[in-house]
Amino acid sequence: MNPHQDEPIYLPTAFHSRQQQHNLLHAWGGWNGYLKPEAYTDIELEYFAIRSTTAVFDLSPMNKYRVTGPDAEAFLNRVLTRDVAKIKNGRVGYCIWCDDAGQVMDDGTLFHLGDNDYRLCSYTRAYEWLYWSSLGFDVAIEDETGTVAALAVQGPTSCTVLTAMGVTGLESLKPFGILEVSFQGQTLTVSRTGFTGDLGYELWIDTSAGEALWDALFAAGEPYLIKAIGTEALEIARIEAGFLQAGVDFVPAETAVRRGCTRSPFELGLGWLVDFDKPRFNGRKALLAERDAGSRYRYVMLDVDGNKPAHHSFILQHGKVVGTVTSAAWCPTAKTNLAFAQLELPADASLTGLVAEIYYERELRWNKVLAPCVAIDRAPFDPPRRRQTPAPAL
Amino acid sequence: MLCFQRQSNSVNEYDAIVIGAGHNGLTNAAYLARAGLKVAVLERNPYIGGATVSRELHEGWTYSNCSYVCSLLRPEIARDLELPRHGLQVVPYGGGVTFMQNGDIFGKYPEPERRYREMQRHSRRDADAWQRYAADTMKQTRLIRPFLMKRPPNPTSLRPGRLRELAEYGAAFGEMGEAGLADTMRFWTKSVADYLEEFFETDVIKAHLAGSGIIGTALGVYSPGTAYVLLHHYMGDVDGNVGSWGFARGGMGAVSGALAAALQSYGGEIISDADVGNIMVSGGKVTGVALRDGREFRSKIVVSNLDAKRTFLDLMDEGDLPQTVVQRARNFKIRGSSGKLNIALDGLPTFNGLDKKSRLMVGDFHFHDSLPRLERAYDDWKNETWSKDPYLDLLIPSLFDPTVAPPGKHMMTVFVQYAPPKINGREWTDEDKAGFEKSVLDQISNYSPDFRDLIVHCETRTPRELENEVGLTEGNIFQGELTFDQLLFNRPFPGYAQYRGPVKGMYMCGSATHPGGGVMAAPGANAAREILADLREPNVVPEGYADD
Repeated sequence: MNPHQDEPIYLPTAFHSRQQQHNLLHAWGGWNGYLKPEAYTDIELEYFAIRSTTAVFDLSPMNKYRVTGPDAEAFLNRVLTRDVAKIKNGRVGYCIWCDDAGQVMDDGTLFHLGDNDYRLCSYTRAYEWLYWSSLGFDVAIEDETGTVAALAVQGPTSCTVLTAMGVTGLESLKPFGILEVSFQGQTLTVSRTGFTGDLGYELWIDTSAGEALWDALFAAGEPYLIKAIGTEALEIARIEAGFLQAGVDFVPAETAVRRGCTRSPFELGLGWLVDFDKPRFNGRKALLAERDAGSRYRYVMLDVDGNKPAHHSFILQHGKVVGTVTSAAWCPTAKTNLAFAQLELPADASLTGLVAEIYYERELRWNKVLAPCVAIDRAPFDPPRRRQTPAPAL
Repeated sequence: MLCFQRQSNSVNEYDAIVIGAGHNGLTNAAYLARAGLKVAVLERNPYIGGATVSRELHEGWTYSNCSYVCSLLRPEIARDLELPRHGLQVVPYGGGVTFMQNGDIFGKYPEPERRYREMQRHSRRDADAWQRYAADTMKQTRLIRPFLMKRPPNPTSLRPGRLRELAEYGAAFGEMGEAGLADTMRFWTKSVADYLEEFFETDVIKAHLAGSGIIGTALGVYSPGTAYVLLHHYMGDVDGNVGSWGFARGGMGAVSGALAAALQSYGGEIISDADVGNIMVSGGKVTGVALRDGREFRSKIVVSNLDAKRTFLDLMDEGDLPQTVVQRARNFKIRGSSGKLNIALDGLPTFNGLDKKSRLMVGDFHFHDSLPRLERAYDDWKNETWSKDPYLDLLIPSLFDPTVAPPGKHMMTVFVQYAPPKINGREWTDEDKAGFEKSVLDQISNYSPDFRDLIVHCETRTPRELENEVGLTEGNIFQGELTFDQLLFNRPFPGYAQYRGPVKGMYMCGSATHPGGGVMAAPGANAAREILADLREPNVVPEGYADD
């Protein structure tokens, strides 16, 4: 046996050789054990690629679990809070899962790839938890994180780019739909999904075909101003679109240490993902009790006055602290100063008179503003092209 | 109220005398001196440090002869007594390796991602379970950490102040919630094996982690109570990184050296070659100490840094003590379980299955790849002999610290378990010691072909040497086992957990008191706070830092 040698801390993904060519900033970080570009050239230009052309983001490091077997649907119905039977074959569903105390462990997407064949994508490492939850069900769970490469292709010209690359039938693919095509002898799975709130797709392929896929995509996309983007640009887009980020907007329950720091689906504004018509799922009893007794926290999206992002701000109401901001960004397309906040207020409490206490620095001078906030129901960026079918072409 | 004289007429008259210049004795004396007391620390050996000591036994090599790594030393004390200015530097190290009998290894990398993949190589489930395990141990750790720099409450006292202390503990437990409280009760009473089985499926991973549950304890991995011992090894921190361990630059003697310098900076004295034979008592009050060589030192306050057995059964006349104290001291559980080898090496040994340049070389090495093997090592202890397949906690500090071995040479510290206090009911002999040493060297040689040839010098310490040279009864490194029956308000025993002895003016400040052993210095500091309170002197001992 060869002596054990240290491998690099972060491993390259299937696209790394190509990312290196684009990453002029050499701004690399780690994500789930893999190297990820934080930015390639310029965060703002990368952001605007998402909103005006086509942006490509490598999401290979995302945890991916393949669930197959006769009990796959029953098992997933036990694990997830929503009714999996409603996610038809060839469709994707956004979903969350809870521990028995009704606290959110993670959010993710469930891909219904075929009969008794699903893929669950998650932020946290969930293999062990899925294993324990699968006892008593006839299912097989396979961790595909290292074997399936994935690219998000997002933006107004994304459908055009993918069509130019040779993906046929894409324009009729509905949001959350899945399409399988052949790519250089491999199966390329295309889903109309994403984390940007824009028209966009995600491509899934065996890691061995990663570089070829990247090359074909960028060749087809060049006339349409395709651009590789890093996590920094994506972060702005996902806030603008109103998407929660696990580990930022809530603490995944399994990693939580301090009692009371986790959140239920209701406390994250995700009650619509809980289906009490299902007789059994993890956390049901606790969530029923919370539905009746009321929640401790309340999640709100805030339109914050002024142009200073309310990073980590306290939220005041009538001079009292009622909560804190978990995510904040100036949204460049919607021209909105947006913040997500966790408020310790009952569900029926008035949301008038909210104020964000914002601190910011200019050349070592710290300033404080008390910015009035208005709670909003919908994300400020929500273009029609996001759900139009056929998808608009350039 | 006790009185003391700031000006004494006789050279041998002090406001307070501390017996034993271990880290707790030095800490205690430093605080008393800083409060303005005339203090002397009496040390039996010609050198200070007790079990926190560096010695050059072979020219060019510095051994940490007893304790060897540092995590529990309270940062409040290190900062407050200006230990860095007095020469203390603790450099964090991370990671570890368990060498397996099949030639493979388990490498516990300090970096989360490499650790994840290495765990995944052994078990996909276990790799994921780590996050659950880390969160759970952190929950338990957070419960105990706020109480390290506090005296334990007295659960039998109904006085308002005492009730407040008890309520603080109650609140901390209440904070855990119902489910958390149930988990905590289970945690404090279960075995480290049972605890680890709740998370992991792989033998080598369980065995690697279980070591922390038995170190210094005469129990096996399947013995109830060992899960807490694991926690005891997780509750320290290096610069706020809870659970981290580090090397004291220059060996553990750097800790006692810095404490001694702090003590002296406040005007305290250290008198070595001063072997106390008796704590003198008259009229129910302490009057001083008498050395075995006949010298006497007078003081109305005598603080013992020795363990409870030595203090009450050896240094005090049993007739001066309440019967319950004599009885409890006799029954105090302080069973020796370990020994130590310190080895000077001519070069860096090769270990099978591990590249010499690996990051893991600076970690702690172990050679037990299953829980049953660890339990069989304990079986030998029960059979009153040393383990034939000993559990080792082996480190090479010279890979981190350039001061402990000549350039290119190396120093190895090897903690060995199990070693019983007596062999088949009789004292250890030199032949036993040689046999013990051989079992350890054989164990290492099984995984390192060139190790034996590199040995330049070896210091071997069985419980006999730990007792005779360091003064630890039966060689127990924690001055008493860290089991729930001997923790908090039961340490060393009920009614005497607030550092006060049964005789007026007599105090305890060693690891036999709360919060126990492990080079924390908290017992010494906590005891000083109580002494100053009894003297109605302003408190100079810091409170603990808060985690949140």
